[in-house]
Amino acid sequence: MVERRTNGVVGWLLIALVLGYAAILLLAPLVSIILGALKNGVEPLIEDLTTPDALSALGLSFRLALLAALTNGVLGLVSAWVLARHNFPGRRALNALVDMPFVVSPVIVGYVMIVLFGRVGWFADFPIKLAFSVEAMFVVTVFVSLPFVIRELQPVLAALPPEHEEAAYTLGASRWLTFRRVIFPALRHALTVGVMLALARALGEFGAAAIIGGAVEGSTETATVFINRTLLDRNPSAAYAMSLLLGLFAIALLMIMNYIRHIGGKKHVHTH
Amino acid sequence: MAATQTRPAPHSPAPSGRGGFSVKRVQGIDLSAWGLRASTLIYLGALVVLPLFVIAVEGVRGGLDALWTSVTRPAALEAVWLTLTTSAVMAVVNVIMGTLTAVVLARYRFPGKRLFNSLIDLPFAIPTLVTGVMLVLLYGPQTAVGSFLDRELGLRVVFAPPGIILALTFVGYPFVIRAVQPVLEALDTRPQEAAYTLGASEWLTFRRVVLPAIAPAMLTGGLLSFARALGEFGSIVVVAGNLSKTAAVYIYGQVENGDMAGASGVSLLMLAIALLVTFMVSRLNRGVQHG
Repeated sequence: MVERRTNGVVGWLLIALVLGYAAILLLAPLVSIILGALKNGVEPLIEDLTTPDALSALGLSFRLALLAALTNGVLGLVSAWVLARHNFPGRRALNALVDMPFVVSPVIVGYVMIVLFGRVGWFADFPIKLAFSVEAMFVVTVFVSLPFVIRELQPVLAALPPEHEEAAYTLGASRWLTFRRVIFPALRHALTVGVMLALARALGEFGAAAIIGGAVEGSTETATVFINRTLLDRNPSAAYAMSLLLGLFAIALLMIMNYIRHIGGKKHVHTH
Repeated sequence: MAATQTRPAPHSPAPSGRGGFSVKRVQGIDLSAWGLRASTLIYLGALVVLPLFVIAVEGVRGGLDALWTSVTRPAALEAVWLTLTTSAVMAVVNVIMGTLTAVVLARYRFPGKRLFNSLIDLPFAIPTLVTGVMLVLLYGPQTAVGSFLDRELGLRVVFAPPGIILALTFVGYPFVIRAVQPVLEALDTRPQEAAYTLGASEWLTFRRVVLPAIAPAMLTGGLLSFARALGEFGSIVVVAGNLSKTAAVYIYGQVENGDMAGASGVSLLMLAIALLVTFMVSRLNRGVQHG
């Protein structure tokens, strides 16, 4: 589209409309949570976040999210590579299915875990107790954050000039060495952004974790489940404090991602 | 490592047809390639294909009659209908405002443009449950804004369908913008300049030249945000509570109450709708690439 030199009256009106809309939709809620959480000052906020329940919920959330994001980083890298470079029957169908976690409700995923491993589930006799366990929460967290790494890597892999790889092979490099020295450096930024997107999504997971975790305070309660419980328990200050913390962490992740994209020369998210 | 022994022939043929894919050709049995492929199949198979299979099987396990009864219960129908209507309203709002935002970003310069552009992805990063908490803090009945809207306009936002639409609009905000933006940036400027030269107004040029070019991207973004909204749970559970139940909240309630048959039918229905929408998106994009 042609960028205008001067905006004109219509231009400024449109800019005001778009920015006003974003301010009401995105910024006003953000300001309200900051004001709401800090209503009584910083000290009660810190107190709310350092109770044993809050700390254990935060610990569980971060452990689960980090582990899920790293799992998706490794297996997503392998999958993106296989989907781009291998040819096998069902490859296109598999590639299309990668987006399913974007559209399947996490509640349905939690429900599937109960169907599989619940008390009367398909694998009720499975030796490891999976439903209502941290292991099950890990599996669903990996599911909900699965597409990000693959979808970030795919356009980069597709745009990779084949000459570099062929030159490496011609010079006698093994495939592993070629991957490590030629291909991986090109994928580094996209992989980091993909893992960070997965981390943000995993930290925010609520529906699936709530349904299968059983939400036992202090053992299977994640930070989001903690927010929901404290809201229901009429302890809103703890809920607001935790919400603010998760919100600020998300903004920090977003800023880092934008910086990495900026140095990586890519401008914005590919939603699919 | 097996990979070190199976290097491809140094003078492999030049890349043919599908650029860059000649490197993958390997002679003989290649253990490392099979290992990679197997781990991909297990990873995606167990995590993505298996749940779909489970929902399909559970949905029809009690027979088609049982499926029909569980989906046509008044509460289930109400939940599905509420989900579809609020998601559709949200998609329309986001297509209009998202396209406008993308156009403004592509066409005009203004201070703070880069910061604004980087804030657009905020809803992707913020936990949706936190979105719900923020909206209740802003529009809840005890807040200044919420009580003002209720008193002056008779509009209840929180614990009512408008709150659901608001939450979904927040969550779906980036989809249309991020779908339309790259198309606008890559748009050939010559047809627009030709239109101006021939005396067409800016509005006419936009309507006749730019809009047809970005229409598929607008539709893609709208459908993606719609599909995403169908399954939204975290923000809605806080904003609407148990008063207005969407499909995801309904399924959650049924599972909590141990009514697995009720959950399975609605799960299957929502999955079918989500699959249909994703299929439409992929058809739409294939059409764009070929056309």
